[in-house]
Amino acid sequence: MTAFDVARVREDFPILSREINGHPLVYLDSANTSHKPVQVLDVMRTYWERHNANVSRSVHTLGTESTTAYEDARAKVATFIGARSPDEVVFTKNSTEAINLVAHSLGASVGPGDEVVISEMEHHSNIVPWQLLCERTGATLRWFGITDDGLLDESGLAELINERTRIVSLVHMSNILGTINDVSRIIARAHEVGAQVLLDCSQSVPHLPLDVVELGADLIAFTGHKMLGPTGIGVLWARADLLREMPPFLGGGSMIETVTMERTTYAAPPARFEAGTPPIAEAVGLGAAVDYLSAIGMREIHEHEIELTGYALKTLAGIDGVRVYGPGTPDGRGGTVSFDVAGVHPHDVGQILDDLGVEVRVGHHCARPVCARFGVSSMTRASFYLYNTTAEIDALAAGVEQVKKVFS
Amino acid sequence: MTDQLYQEIILDHYKHPHGRGLRDPYSGEAHHVNPTCGDEITVRVTDDLSDISYDGMGCSISQASASVLHELLKGKPIGEAAKIHEAFVELMQGRGQVEPDEEVLGDGIAFAGVARYPARVKCALLPWMAFKDAAARAGVEVTV
Repeated sequence: MTAFDVARVREDFPILSREINGHPLVYLDSANTSHKPVQVLDVMRTYWERHNANVSRSVHTLGTESTTAYEDARAKVATFIGARSPDEVVFTKNSTEAINLVAHSLGASVGPGDEVVISEMEHHSNIVPWQLLCERTGATLRWFGITDDGLLDESGLAELINERTRIVSLVHMSNILGTINDVSRIIARAHEVGAQVLLDCSQSVPHLPLDVVELGADLIAFTGHKMLGPTGIGVLWARADLLREMPPFLGGGSMIETVTMERTTYAAPPARFEAGTPPIAEAVGLGAAVDYLSAIGMREIHEHEIELTGYALKTLAGIDGVRVYGPGTPDGRGGTVSFDVAGVHPHDVGQILDDLGVEVRVGHHCARPVCARFGVSSMTRASFYLYNTTAEIDALAAGVEQVKKVFS
Repeated sequence: MTDQLYQEIILDHYKHPHGRGLRDPYSGEAHHVNPTCGDEITVRVTDDLSDISYDGMGCSISQASASVLHELLKGKPIGEAAKIHEAFVELMQGRGQVEPDEEVLGDGIAFAGVARYPARVKCALLPWMAFKDAAARAGVEVTV
């Protein structure tokens, strides 16, 4: 493996040469969605130009090529996350759909008196499906709080996860605080009481070396567009034995074994959970993204981001009036840094930064309970990826100084 | 470029808001939220518009807009308030193509630049939409 070279990486992303409002684009919003390298764009274009056909149903050449490309993508994703078999990888539309799939399928056996445990740190996509499940079934929703340092508060673990707990669904890396949750104790406790654990890995799979067997969760969800792939393709991974027991979520073509007018028997996973024509080119694009990330090396990418995060935390801490949320050092956190500029609303921070070509996200980041926990209605968030540089963090800092000037 | 957006008038209203704080008595109240950013505002009106009070949290645009609304509509005859309301909404939805009339909109003309930023139009309109709802609950129709 050659040394990580950010300048060379940047050449693969055509959009990074754009100018915004007369300034070079400084894209610090990869936790929202990442950009796509030419390697991904080319593969998708070639797929449409050369192989386009529906999958898993046609005997003709194009159909066979499409099916092969789609299943190759599944195998690549499986290898990327250390799955024991490609059959453990279900393609979905995004993380949200993957979590809803679990809430409906695994949730079908939940009833009154049962408990589902989440946390205050979740993205809305890992809160609302469980609220809906509890409303449907009469189960009780419970949650972990957040400490002042932005970590999961495990102080009540033994009581919170108990013999009534059926499902525990937690964020692996927070999309707002950047915290990478050490979930080992929680998983151990959940398994002790016979509960299944789903991890929302939307922010971790794109940025860290991750092995599902080592992680120890029963299911994980993540999405393609945050890891250099296209939108419209996400992944649910689950242990093969668990997936085999789970009932279907959506019904339709491709997920059946035999259909009569009276009843239907279902295909084995992963097909059981992929009703209808799937996002084929998008899956192929995700496969190409995984190839790209693997060629560079997830360890190298993670190390680059640790460096950026350390630099950003130090730089932002040095600006008067800036408060950073979440862990204060790169230990146990990823390259997603939310902050506040005293006396200036995040909307205004984001607007002035955009004027200088610096693209950050502002608002509640679909994690309103986290904002409420820290007593604010919204935050400004800078998030980094393999193509970002320390010079871009300097541009962010200069932009924040400009924000302070306008609102002084 | 953001000079167009952050006019001095807007920053002044943001830093020194007019009529801020919820007051009694009132005849109608409405609470509006911008779900994408979490900004919130509560507006109260009396049925003769002799008082319009508000409180909320949000960006400079939404908060300044509430202050300007208070200044422009408080104590106005209902027909005139409806006309001003309509002019402001039209300016905001005009994609920067509407020439504002200072006679009608007063400090509200400073928001002409906001209309060029589609993402921020909602911020400027948040208090105006809450006002319209609060007025309707007070039995006052501000639609022209």
